[in-house]
Amino acid sequence: MSETTATAPARREKLPKRKRGRPDSIRLLLNNALATAGLVVFVLIVLVAVAAPLLPLPDPDATAPANRLLRPLAEGHLLGTDALGRDILSRLIWGTQVSLAVGVSATLIAAFFGSLIGLVAGYAGGRIDTLLMRGIDMVMAFPYILLALAIVAVLGPGLLNALYAIAVVNIPFFARNIRGIALGLSRREFVDAARLSGKSNAQILFIEVLPNVLPVIIITMSTTIGWMILETAGLSFLGLGAQPPQADLGSMLGEGRKILFTAPHVSVIPGVMIFALVMSINLLGDGVRDVLDPRLKSGALTRPVARTAVMRDQVPGGIEPDAEAVLDVRDLKTEFRFGGDVFKAVGGVDMKVGQGECLGIVGESGSGKSVSAMSIMGLVPTPPGRITGGVALLEGEDLFAASDERIRQLRGSAVSHVFQDPLSTLHPLFTVGDQLVEAIQAHAPLSGSAARKKAADLLKTVRIPNPAERLKSYPHELSGGMRQRVCMAMALAHDARVIIADEPTTALDVTVQAQVLSLLDTLREERNAGILFITHDFGVVSAICDRVAVMYAGQFVETGTTEEILTSPAHPYTAKLIDCVPVLGEPERRLDAIGGRPPVVNDLPVGCAFADRCPRAGDDCRAAPIPLTEFGEGRTVRCIHPLNAEAEHG
Amino acid sequence: MPAGPLEPRGKSTVTAYIAKRLLAAVPVLFGLTIIVFLIMAMIPGDPAIAILGSYATPENVERLNRQLGLDQPLFQQYFIWVGNLLQGDLGRSYTLNRPVLDEVMERFSATLILAGTALILCSVFGLIAGVVSAVRQFSWVDKAVTFIVLIGISVPSFWLGLLLILVFAVNLQWFPASGMFAIYGGGDLPDLLHHLFLPAITLAVVATGVIARLTRTAMLEVLRQDYIRTARAKGLTERRVIYRHAFKAAMVTVIPVIGIQAGFVLGGAVYIETVFQWPGIGSMLVKAISTRDLLLVQGGVLVVAAAYVLFNLAADVAQTVLDPRLR
Amino acid sequence: MDDGVLLSIDGAERVFGGGRTIFGGKKPAVHAVQDVTIDVRKGETLGIVGESGCGKSTLARMIVGLDVPTGGRITFDGRDLAAEAGKDLRRLSRDVQYVFQDPVASLNPRKTIRTILEAPLIHLLRLGKPEREKRLSELMDAVNLAPEFLDRYPHEFSGGQAQRIGIARALAADPKLIVLDEPVSALDVSVQAQVLNILDGLKERFGLTYVFISHDLSVVESVSDRVAVMYFGRIVEIGAGRSIFRTPRHPYTHLLLESAPAPGRKSLLSEDADTELPDPYNPPPGCAFYARCPRRTDICNRQEPPLEAAPHQEEQLAACFNPREGA
Repeated sequence: MSETTATAPARREKLPKRKRGRPDSIRLLLNNALATAGLVVFVLIVLVAVAAPLLPLPDPDATAPANRLLRPLAEGHLLGTDALGRDILSRLIWGTQVSLAVGVSATLIAAFFGSLIGLVAGYAGGRIDTLLMRGIDMVMAFPYILLALAIVAVLGPGLLNALYAIAVVNIPFFARNIRGIALGLSRREFVDAARLSGKSNAQILFIEVLPNVLPVIIITMSTTIGWMILETAGLSFLGLGAQPPQADLGSMLGEGRKILFTAPHVSVIPGVMIFALVMSINLLGDGVRDVLDPRLKSGALTRPVARTAVMRDQVPGGIEPDAEAVLDVRDLKTEFRFGGDVFKAVGGVDMKVGQGECLGIVGESGSGKSVSAMSIMGLVPTPPGRITGGVALLEGEDLFAASDERIRQLRGSAVSHVFQDPLSTLHPLFTVGDQLVEAIQAHAPLSGSAARKKAADLLKTVRIPNPAERLKSYPHELSGGMRQRVCMAMALAHDARVIIADEPTTALDVTVQAQVLSLLDTLREERNAGILFITHDFGVVSAICDRVAVMYAGQFVETGTTEEILTSPAHPYTAKLIDCVPVLGEPERRLDAIGGRPPVVNDLPVGCAFADRCPRAGDDCRAAPIPLTEFGEGRTVRCIHPLNAEAEHG
Repeated sequence: MPAGPLEPRGKSTVTAYIAKRLLAAVPVLFGLTIIVFLIMAMIPGDPAIAILGSYATPENVERLNRQLGLDQPLFQQYFIWVGNLLQGDLGRSYTLNRPVLDEVMERFSATLILAGTALILCSVFGLIAGVVSAVRQFSWVDKAVTFIVLIGISVPSFWLGLLLILVFAVNLQWFPASGMFAIYGGGDLPDLLHHLFLPAITLAVVATGVIARLTRTAMLEVLRQDYIRTARAKGLTERRVIYRHAFKAAMVTVIPVIGIQAGFVLGGAVYIETVFQWPGIGSMLVKAISTRDLLLVQGGVLVVAAAYVLFNLAADVAQTVLDPRLR
Repeated sequence: MDDGVLLSIDGAERVFGGGRTIFGGKKPAVHAVQDVTIDVRKGETLGIVGESGCGKSTLARMIVGLDVPTGGRITFDGRDLAAEAGKDLRRLSRDVQYVFQDPVASLNPRKTIRTILEAPLIHLLRLGKPEREKRLSELMDAVNLAPEFLDRYPHEFSGGQAQRIGIARALAADPKLIVLDEPVSALDVSVQAQVLNILDGLKERFGLTYVFISHDLSVVESVSDRVAVMYFGRIVEIGAGRSIFRTPRHPYTHLLLESAPAPGRKSLLSEDADTELPDPYNPPPGCAFYARCPRRTDICNRQEPPLEAAPHQEEQLAACFNPREGA
């Protein structure tokens, strides 16, 4: 999906090729076997019910006392007759029609009024919201069916009244659901944008917000319609819905109940019908929900297993571990699979972290820097991630070959982690103390009180004032900086050889970031632990890293000491990346933007991944993969036309 | 985010919260009485005629109306009614000729036994099924649970009750078909459990399905959270990650739904009591509606609704105890 | 003040919460913006820097009329902006526009780019169809995007492209002033430069005035003529960008500058751990920076320091009793 070609610097960004046309919703739905089965059964039932007047059926209400309670398969009565000799098949089909009509109308009524209330309440907020929602709460204070009964009691028994009752008791359900969504949407920036574009409230509500709520309304309808059919049948069953001689499925069942022991088929048959109808609707509804719910579509609801799957084609043998490195990763490859697409997030990366050394990995979003770091201890979610190649040697031991239990023992002890957003990385329901104690006891057989004491000591180590008190705090009671200190304390619970820090200061304010960085720097010196530091910010790199690796499209394009790389970058990407960031104290500097976009890692070019954006690229760059080559002492670069080549020594 | 001052935490805040919630429930209960009263006042038809029959003379009707206080303005009727209510007087049922409160309480205890058992059953089985199918996502267990759950929420409970009676009471004769106690020689706990088995299971089926589904989704959602990754990065065992970290977080979303299910179970008792002739408040209500026994309906609806409010309150409190962010 | 003033903010204040509960208790109130006075001159870029929670976004929203000040006055071109926003936001929106922080969230996912960009043309400028077409292609050209993009949906765009569409939307009504609320902080660094360069070009081409809000000092420095530094809802220092960044007078500005990481800068100044923002529900009596300040004296904890000019520099004002002298 390259857009800007290097040869003709396009003034305007061109259009990316449209991805294979999005599979349309219907096809997605049909991919789901159960939903398809539901659809088929449902359509069949609807067709038969709608066609009732055309079918050669006897009058459903014609009584024939002589033929009463005929068993199914009796002559002329396929499903037998009921207590008054009426043909059950005919009554069943007509009754299905009634039940369907009532269920669908009740759903539409409830959806319309409920969604309207929800939309208005969610969008308006404030008093209107409070008023509407208190009303809804009041209705919801009654057990569902009880309220329907009370309404029928007021209106009197009858099918139409049952319909109203069921619709009314379902309004709160829609109103609440829709209100939640509308409330969230109304706080979104595009609503403000629409307001500033001159749209009125009504226009925003119905033109901007409603289209986004519609899928939720449809999901809610598809999941409640079966329920509503059941409930109307229930009221009829109790004799409060359809009145004789009219029959819906519920009243047929109710009539059959009285003769359950003598003629079970009279009640069993309509029950089967209700069940088949509701089941098909629910199957279909689940399918619709799966198609429309973006979370489900993106596979967000698959559960990641405890450790990233390792599926190496071949296990590299005979690797001499570097004696100086605590962590020595060679040729790491990690992929993500979505359907048929393979995203090569990490395509062969070597990392070495020595004792007390800090290696920074710098890259933009999507470059694979986090995935590289998370692969080491198997913290990349599987599915969809998998490690497909390379070794990760921790003091000589191949982590990718270790057992799950061995990895568990190493996590948090020899290798610990600090993550980006300290609010979401701490468990909201446990106190800071509980979480620290747990980390301590995971690898050390300490008693509760001893572990608590150690936890307090750890908080002191990360300069948290009043540690004993703070142990009792929940994460949400602490500030962002404090939370990140707690995460660091957890990483220090055992004698970690390597700390993997994934953008640990990105979510923090600058002054807090400075505090956390200097603390991290002090701690690694005190503890002599290696740090693998992931960031997108060269400024942060300068503050803490000894060596840097610059990552682009799943590979390192340049490695070396921080100073060398910052002062004389060799890879054009590194140079451009440094040049496009404004530097404090140099406001006059013209920012040099990088045109175009990085390639997508499921469709990487054969040659250099940066070639399309590179001013120095030639045909040779695109011809074949570019190897990472030595570029002076302790430096490597993946480029055949590097900058500052005069600095090269060998 | 500011570092809040160090406040006293733990038990005291929870107690304070419970007290606050209890206090907030008072207006809700009060609102309930208004709604119940209004609904019943809207019922068309003259109860006096219903009681006296269509041959009643106008004088008799008028006298009875006066006796019942039905000739007063609506809001006065309400205050009389609430005043009596607070003294435990819900009036007299005209069909049963006994105090409504006595009848309602007697019936309600039967319903509570049935609904309570069903609620325990559906919570236990729903949670287990949901957790198991989330933990073993895409396994045959997960698929089986998902499908059974789908059947559970699609089957009409009153019909399922009939089927169970047909199979287990009529054909196999393992369980009695109806009632709460055996007519002769019953009355002890084993007898009650014997009678309770079929209706309680029938009543629990739908709610079990709903809870299982929700638990599964909640668990799957939680298991993708960053703090689960943190728990794994700490080197906790997978068992601990799932049953301590993930389960506790999932419960925060599941508990309110159990509260709502209490309402479905209480309401669903109407069908099940009718099918199994359980002497509970549901079957009483159905009968009272068809005989237009206004005061009995009123009392019954009020008691069940109040019980439901308390159930939800309990769910609320449980959720707050679990989640410190809500305090 | 001089005539070049386009936007004048005079003692603006925004309080959230507050008021009384129905029982007469005081509800907690937060002063998000307090006593802010700034003039923005025609054709300049005013940068506003500050950390999260300092009130800079609230201030931005008040300038475009999305929020209303609870005190003070904001005038645009001599018109009372707050009053106008309440009555006729459309009139204000023709002159003052806004670019949002999150480029993707500011575009409705279910609308094509054409629909999004046409909205201001229809509702604010009331253009006819042919004129709209012409304006649309001008806009796309201005932000360097191909016209084919018009019929695409927002999810098909990268962050940088989406932000350019956000800019085109703000530009559509041909405003005089654009408020840019962290316009590049959600973008990758390489894209950030593209957007900053486009903004720079547009300003010259259309004679715009910018209010540029960011937490990133280096970005603000590179785009702004004048800079205001906010802390805890107030302006602590304001003046020409060059002088503020070279010789900060307020200790907080100094701390910010020293904390900012920059390529090649090895050590970052760092304070002690317990220096955090004050509790917004319980603000300190004097200077909000008191607890963190290395230059504090007794008076700082008693009195709010006024925003005052340095003796020989009319242009650079700082709210500090003990300002740093020309370091």
